[in-house]
Amino acid sequence: MVKTIIGALAAGALVTSAQAANELKIGFLSTLSGPGGGIGIEVRDGFNLAMKLAGGKLGGLPTEVVFADDQLNPEVGKQLAERLLKRDRVNLMTGVIFSNVMLAVWPAIEQSKIFYVAPNSTPTRISGEGCSPYFFSASWPNEGHHEAAGHFATSKGYKNAYLIAPNYPAGKDALTGFKRGYKGKIVNEVYTKVNQLDYSAELAQIRAAKPDTLYAFLPGGMGINFLKQFGASGLSKEIQLVVPGFVSDQDIIPAVGEPMLGLFDTSHWAYDLDNDANRRFVAEFEKEYKRLPSLFAEQGYTTALIIDAAVKGAKGKVEDEKAFRTALMRAPTQVKTPRGDWKAAPNGTPIQDYYVRQIVKDDKGRIVNKRVGTVLNGHVDFWAKDCKMK
Amino acid sequence: MTVTLFLEQTLNGIQFGLMLFLLAAGLTLVFGIMDMINLAHGSLYMIGAYLMASIAQATGSFWAALPLALLATALVGAALEIAVLRRLYERDHMTQVLATFSIILIANEVVRMIWGSQPIMLNGPAGLAGPVELPGGIQYASYRLVIIVIGAAVALMLYLLVTKTRIGMLVRAGASNREMAVAMGVDIRRLFTIVFAMGAALCGLAGAMLGPILAVQVGMGENILILAFVVIVIGGIGSIRGAFIGALLVGLVDTMGRALLPIVFYGLFPPMVASNLAPAVSSIMIYVLMAGVLFFRPQGLFPARG
Repeated sequence: MVKTIIGALAAGALVTSAQAANELKIGFLSTLSGPGGGIGIEVRDGFNLAMKLAGGKLGGLPTEVVFADDQLNPEVGKQLAERLLKRDRVNLMTGVIFSNVMLAVWPAIEQSKIFYVAPNSTPTRISGEGCSPYFFSASWPNEGHHEAAGHFATSKGYKNAYLIAPNYPAGKDALTGFKRGYKGKIVNEVYTKVNQLDYSAELAQIRAAKPDTLYAFLPGGMGINFLKQFGASGLSKEIQLVVPGFVSDQDIIPAVGEPMLGLFDTSHWAYDLDNDANRRFVAEFEKEYKRLPSLFAEQGYTTALIIDAAVKGAKGKVEDEKAFRTALMRAPTQVKTPRGDWKAAPNGTPIQDYYVRQIVKDDKGRIVNKRVGTVLNGHVDFWAKDCKMK
Repeated sequence: MTVTLFLEQTLNGIQFGLMLFLLAAGLTLVFGIMDMINLAHGSLYMIGAYLMASIAQATGSFWAALPLALLATALVGAALEIAVLRRLYERDHMTQVLATFSIILIANEVVRMIWGSQPIMLNGPAGLAGPVELPGGIQYASYRLVIIVIGAAVALMLYLLVTKTRIGMLVRAGASNREMAVAMGVDIRRLFTIVFAMGAALCGLAGAMLGPILAVQVGMGENILILAFVVIVIGGIGSIRGAFIGALLVGLVDTMGRALLPIVFYGLFPPMVASNLAPAVSSIMIYVLMAGVLFFRPQGLFPARG
């Protein structure tokens, strides 16, 4: 009993005096199994690669990563987050893929005053009015890619667009983002069932509507179903397909292949971006995993680089909230990441460029996602304006 | 909506129905005849698609790979029946659900270990990659026409098999009264293994044929399995004819719901309301259909058991 009290006092003293931690314990809560598991594994592999290249130490501290699989279930996510925070007593969190899980686990993380670095989902609810000093995104604001796609469609002179997304909050956000960037006419906006298998009814309507462009946000398996069926329908000859990078990157190309040729997508990163950090990332990733990385892998990799730089910047004092927050906000400018230069907006989301890529065959006959231009320079999250940081 | 578009959507509905039939046929055989709730049916579908993808890759020919994939999936099914499921026939449905659910989880992880977590490629034959023009100027994906033909052919073959052959007679006997069939000297053990392997082969066919237009990935079976269950509940458990009619009904109602409901709702309500209502209502149409059928005919449309 006495021992416990002394222990507790000692622990309290440690926190208040904010001494440098002598090790870093990161809770990595992600979707690692089931149909959504592919994305989580991409992010994890990217993260692990950066860890390995850093010799297993982030910010110079011996680093332990505790992995947990939310199975794309917000309830499971909540329980695991509690476990990581209370039982494993992690001093940093990351890893969440899907926005519904993110919104479910976020209150527990914020209340524990543990910093969270987003390798993927960055919901507008956490980047806008509900912004928090404990939240930092190393990926993109949720609407970024979609807004970029809207700008791209405008710049291409597509006069009318047909939009399709799953009938859930992220689907609506996606099309809202697209419409913010797009100046042409919206012919129709269709919301389909989550996990829909057959899109023949929608494709028939799209053919009848004859739009210049079709913007489709259908992530994961839905996107594969749609891309295959869009290819089989022969519509690609009549209508230019535009998608956000999540739908068509290197994790999807090996599964769909030829039917994707010619489509445009928007992304904050491309495998052929011309900078040293990216060349190293792509080469090391291919060497380690025998496949090309996707944008998700880049996000995991960059998340680890950001944590590394932030912990270094705070001289290991992860518990010193002010110092760590400052270091985190400065981290993007302290390290070279594969996507090139970026910095943090006051709400903790990246101010970064968005590129447009096209699926083409390279000179070796491989199907790749080739960068063809830049759509937005230094784009700031639309919702940053609503963030009044406490 | 023009007449051509309406016809095209009807064709789409039939096509989607036949897609579901490929899976539902095996499920209804196993469920109806063996009185066994097999949630792992979707896993066999997944295994079928993965085997097809690998064999097609190795042989370089879609059509050469198809029979091999069918055979391989049937063998996996037979092995599963002999090793595990055989022990479950005497147990109650809850135990069967638990056990076959665990098979789903195991199958997903085994597939992940062998083929990796990322979805894999399975494309149709190159000659069927694009659309063809049908009478009336409809541009229709040629591969989908092949699915229609194969779906209809499977329906016909199963019908002949079940009604005109000796094994079909045993199957029907097993479905309508198992005790009596045993009493008459039918070797139920062997019959069940054969039926289960047949069901697995149908799964393999479904996986192989649907792979080119659907994602081949871990967990692909769970999604479509729910629809297959809806189909056989509507059609009447154990009945091939029921599965056929049920599948067409589900395919048509689902497709026509997605095609027509938005038009109706935009006519009736302001755009804001309609845009929220149309996707919500069209996604529950088939469940409304199922509830309706169950209300008036609790045994389904064509119950196998008298």
